[in-house]
Amino acid sequence: MDFSIAVLLAQDGVTNGAIYALLSLALVLVFAVTRVIFVPAGEFVTYGTLTLASLQLGKSPGTVGLLVGLAGLAGAMEVYAAARERTWHRLPRRLAIYLLVPLSIAALVHLLAPLTLALPLQILLSVAMVTALGPLLYRVAYQPLAEASVLVLLIVSVAVHLAMLGLGLWYFGAEGSRTPAFTSASYRVGDVQISGQSLLVLLFSLLVIAALYVFFGRTLYGKALRATALNRVGARLVGISPGLAGSLTFTLAASLCAFSGVLIGPITTVYYDSGFLVSLKGFVGAIIGGMSSYPMAAAGAFLVGLLESYSSFWASAFKEVIVFTLIIPVLLWRSLTTHHHEEEE
Amino acid sequence: MSALLEIVDLHVAYGKVEAVHGVSLTVDEGSIVTVIGPNGAGKTTLLAAIIGLLPSRGDIVYAGARVNRISVEERVAQRLCLVPERRELFAAMTVADNLELGAFHRHRARDRTLGKTRDEVYQRFPRLAERRAQLAGTLSGGERQMLALGRALMAAPRLLLLDEPSLGLAPLIVKEIFSIIATLRATGVSILLVEQNARAALQIASHGYVLETGTVALAGPSEEISRDVRVAATYLGRAPERSLPS
Repeated sequence: MDFSIAVLLAQDGVTNGAIYALLSLALVLVFAVTRVIFVPAGEFVTYGTLTLASLQLGKSPGTVGLLVGLAGLAGAMEVYAAARERTWHRLPRRLAIYLLVPLSIAALVHLLAPLTLALPLQILLSVAMVTALGPLLYRVAYQPLAEASVLVLLIVSVAVHLAMLGLGLWYFGAEGSRTPAFTSASYRVGDVQISGQSLLVLLFSLLVIAALYVFFGRTLYGKALRATALNRVGARLVGISPGLAGSLTFTLAASLCAFSGVLIGPITTVYYDSGFLVSLKGFVGAIIGGMSSYPMAAAGAFLVGLLESYSSFWASAFKEVIVFTLIIPVLLWRSLTTHHHEEEE
Repeated sequence: MSALLEIVDLHVAYGKVEAVHGVSLTVDEGSIVTVIGPNGAGKTTLLAAIIGLLPSRGDIVYAGARVNRISVEERVAQRLCLVPERRELFAAMTVADNLELGAFHRHRARDRTLGKTRDEVYQRFPRLAERRAQLAGTLSGGERQMLALGRALMAAPRLLLLDEPSLGLAPLIVKEIFSIIATLRATGVSILLVEQNARAALQIASHGYVLETGTVALAGPSEEISRDVRVAATYLGRAPERSLPS
């Protein structure tokens, strides 16, 4: 391997790593706040890519139907909850969040789809559409079980993953899609060719990470999510409801996944079932971060990206094996270096 | 004076075990009421039910409305706040952030008097003002209790439920905390104070309840409770009238 190939592989690895980093952050965030292992992250990625691909063909994406269905279900659950707890005064606000907003997004996407808008607008619509699925999914599948054990929540996650996988096949069909590159620009630095697409992916990811950093460090809701992750009881006692924290978390996670779906679209052909493998790589990154540290998870995701790209050069048949085997030494290292201490007070 | 909190025949189960059996108690607006009793009498369970962390049977009437069915967050929004025994601070966040989150629902409601509350809290606890940029997890035990109190005060409570504020603190700090609690009443906050330190609690409270194995064993004005022979012997550590043969 000469220098230029090494740089090329590094470029590939960093680009993929940037995408996995977004997924790792989503997984860590969801686990920290809600204790849910977000197995369906991959489906959110594929829905992101495939929704964009549908829009580019001028077709209304099948996910519109899912959004409408979930909104109806969530709305019905809110009405039932209001009737049971006699909290009618809160119902209008809740219905606006769980029914009105998703239905308007669905309507918007459905109406604008045949117009084949400019790429940035299509991206915006796809991300909005898939993001809207996040809080609805939380409301329908997870919130009723919010107090359950991590294992029960994991079982729910697997069920949601399988359901979304099947729905993905139904909505988008079995054939794969690839979305066009954002740019065809390419820069030459010495002997090395750097594609504008890779730079854009990296830039987008870093921007999103920076935005997350500001959100968690500076805003009230960001702090509320951190507080919920740190101390669930404490958060309830200051009036942060688990439902609010959960739906906010799922909104963020869904948008992160949808973003990575949009970014991955021009790099590989995405099928309805491609998401799981991609999200597993994000999961390896999250594990490196101990499912709790955001910077470590992001760094781990970049490591996974690089490892994947170099191993595809040396041992392409084993590239997935090598990446997933990484979990074993990482887990060993973590269990030897992490001190489990009961959090006092 | 009208009752701010009225509890009638409350039963609370902790898992499958019922820990509170038919407790009734009243906190008048603007008063300090204390619940004393030994470890395991159900004091913490009682407070957990009042704030809504545990389900209960019976009536919890707060500010004229039955609140049994509404969530913890909704009760907090109605200015009913608990400072729990374990403090439950956000250890990896700064003192300032902990306080800011204490007023979470007031932020959401765009309450304009927030800045004033924060200044008052810092005035009341100068130590917190000094350490506002420090992480809550690095504070001393006394400072943590102050932060827990300060965080609850940020919600502008009408009724403050305090669970063992003296637990694990040095005597000098206990004294400081209790004098702060006593001055809180002047600001119009009503307080339900659960304590094992019966002497200190009865000194600042107007009414007291003695809770034993989940039922009210004795209730009345604080002086009467302090004068009770059995309470004096068991909880105040005073020698009974006639000493027992040893």
